[in-house]
Amino acid sequence: MDMIKDKTIVGLTIGFAAVAILGVFVMPDWLLSQTVIAFARALAVLGLLVLWRTGLVSFGHALYFGLGAYTVAMLGRYFGISEVLITLPAATLVAGGIGFVLGFVIRRYREIFFAMLNLAFSMVLFGILVKTESLGSTDGFSVEQPTLFGIGTDTASNKLVVMYVGICVVGWLAAVLVHRYLQSVLGSLSTAVRDNEIRVEYLGYSVAEAIHGKYVMSAALTGLGGGFMAIALGQVDPESMVNWTVSGELVFVTILSGPGSVAAPFIGSLIFELLRTYATEILPQGWQLIVGGTLLLIIFFLPGGVWSIISKAMGRKEAEP
Amino acid sequence: MSPILEVTGINKTFGAVTAAKDINVSVANDEIIGIIGANGAGKTTFVNMVTGWLEPTTGSIKFDGRDITGMAPRRITRLGISRSFQVAQVFSTATVFDNLMIALGIAETTSILSALRPLRRAGLEQRADLLLKRYRIDDYRDAVASTLPQGVRKLLDIAMAMVSEPRILLLDEPTSGISVEEKFDLMDIVMSALKEEGVTVLFVEHDMEIVERYVDRVLAFYQGEIICDAPPSEALIDPKVIEFVIGDEPQGQMMREKAALHTGSGETSDA
Ligand SMILES: Nc1ncnc2c1ncn2[C@@H]1O[C@H](COP(=O)(O)OP(=O)(O)OP(=O)(O)O)[C@@H](O)[C@H]1O
Ligand SMILES: [Mg+2]
Repeated sequence: MDMIKDKTIVGLTIGFAAVAILGVFVMPDWLLSQTVIAFARALAVLGLLVLWRTGLVSFGHALYFGLGAYTVAMLGRYFGISEVLITLPAATLVAGGIGFVLGFVIRRYREIFFAMLNLAFSMVLFGILVKTESLGSTDGFSVEQPTLFGIGTDTASNKLVVMYVGICVVGWLAAVLVHRYLQSVLGSLSTAVRDNEIRVEYLGYSVAEAIHGKYVMSAALTGLGGGFMAIALGQVDPESMVNWTVSGELVFVTILSGPGSVAAPFIGSLIFELLRTYATEILPQGWQLIVGGTLLLIIFFLPGGVWSIISKAMGRKEAEP
Repeated sequence: MSPILEVTGINKTFGAVTAAKDINVSVANDEIIGIIGANGAGKTTFVNMVTGWLEPTTGSIKFDGRDITGMAPRRITRLGISRSFQVAQVFSTATVFDNLMIALGIAETTSILSALRPLRRAGLEQRADLLLKRYRIDDYRDAVASTLPQGVRKLLDIAMAMVSEPRILLLDEPTSGISVEEKFDLMDIVMSALKEEGVTVLFVEHDMEIVERYVDRVLAFYQGEIICDAPPSEALIDPKVIEFVIGDEPQGQMMREKAALHTGSGETSDA
């Protein structure tokens, strides 16, 4: 079938399988937990990649990240639901649903206005959460221990392994689906809308609807990432889930990764996570200096992100649909 | 036969500027019409209104008996009217081939489900290759659109307008920015391709030799009004057209001389 002929899908499958196997049998726990956090963020970055290919950058996707995280946390706290097969789809749906509603406004804006309108919406959620005492205000609250197929894990180490395998499976699935999407006619509308909206309208397609669809998709992916993050950290609070710095991190990792491939967010996100850990060890008070310097280097010397190194090594041109 | 396009009493004002004034045009199937007029005469405004970019202040536009006044461009495109642009509108970061592929993909899309099919399909690729050949741009197949010479970009723009297989095509200055030597080559390619596709054509043009060569009928615009609607043999020697339209064009002198021969008056000093 054409799925098997698609080199990217084959590559993604081998890559994620290898990462999963390495993780389970070889990697130390600290690296496992960093990878879980990195891949959770990568799901959100995958969403931003879809927007970026359309020429749009959002400075407020922490809104959807936070919605996903709080959906998982609140389902546990108020409904006693900790089954990840329910909480994670719920996180995706809630974020996608809010994205759908806000999309009617946001799809009318471009460039800096698009970026900032998202930021404004995310600050509204941040404000609401900080003011809501029943949700722990700025302290947030802890997330129930997750179960899978109704079964919980007995030790922290087991929980980590299950989460790790879980995020590898979900990451693989999301990457494959987004890749297929980018190869479709709808996916090709990204290039089209970015390059020339007038032509798109005169080909008989609504630019507003195209952007709206992509926006919902990015919101849903970001919500899924936020849901995973809540489970991985075992705790939600406005500062680490909804603050504008979280949105900034997502944009940061998007640029670091590059728009060239759906695998890029996972690689870029892992690099970011490791970079931040080491930077904090080397310069506890000034890790931002190292991380910021790295971003500068990327922008100046690698505008295609870290993915451009990989694609060069594989001797391929940037894969644009 | 009933007209394929019927424009009745349309007006368009932008503040104090009247860009269209009581325009009435009826177009029959398969006509090739040239739209002429000095800069600012309202030619692009007319094209914009027929294709839905602008809504007329008053009046109505009917396509194939159906009222399309004020309809969105994408709906009018789907119904069967397409256009090219004074400044070519292409996807500048994509290759020529991909421009056509994306255009074909979008034109073929009728629902979300059909939009989720892969873009790279044998059927679409064949059609893209056919268009490349038909518009003689196959040498530039893999060139990125932003790097194209002006003539090729214009041809690509027209080819993209044709992917939806329209029944009416409006071309806004297909030869603008093209050197005099290349204009006829370009128009030969365009007109023979369009003949092959069997489409009614209205094109805006400043070069009267081109108009004379390719059209069945001329619409001359002056300050938003149609001052002449006639075959080129009559329109291009009409005194009003000569004074208000051709006088401003580069070949005005030559045309005035021609007209003088026809009318025998020898008065060429006006305008
Ligand atoms: N969107 C607009 N807003 C305000 N005025 C406009 C607008 N579009 C056109 N006009 C005015 O309407 C008049 C007709 O313009 P139009 O672009 O139709 O002319 P044209 O015949 O296509 O000229 P050209 O040969 O220069 O392309 C001009 O005076 C122009 O300034
Ligand atoms: Mg014009």
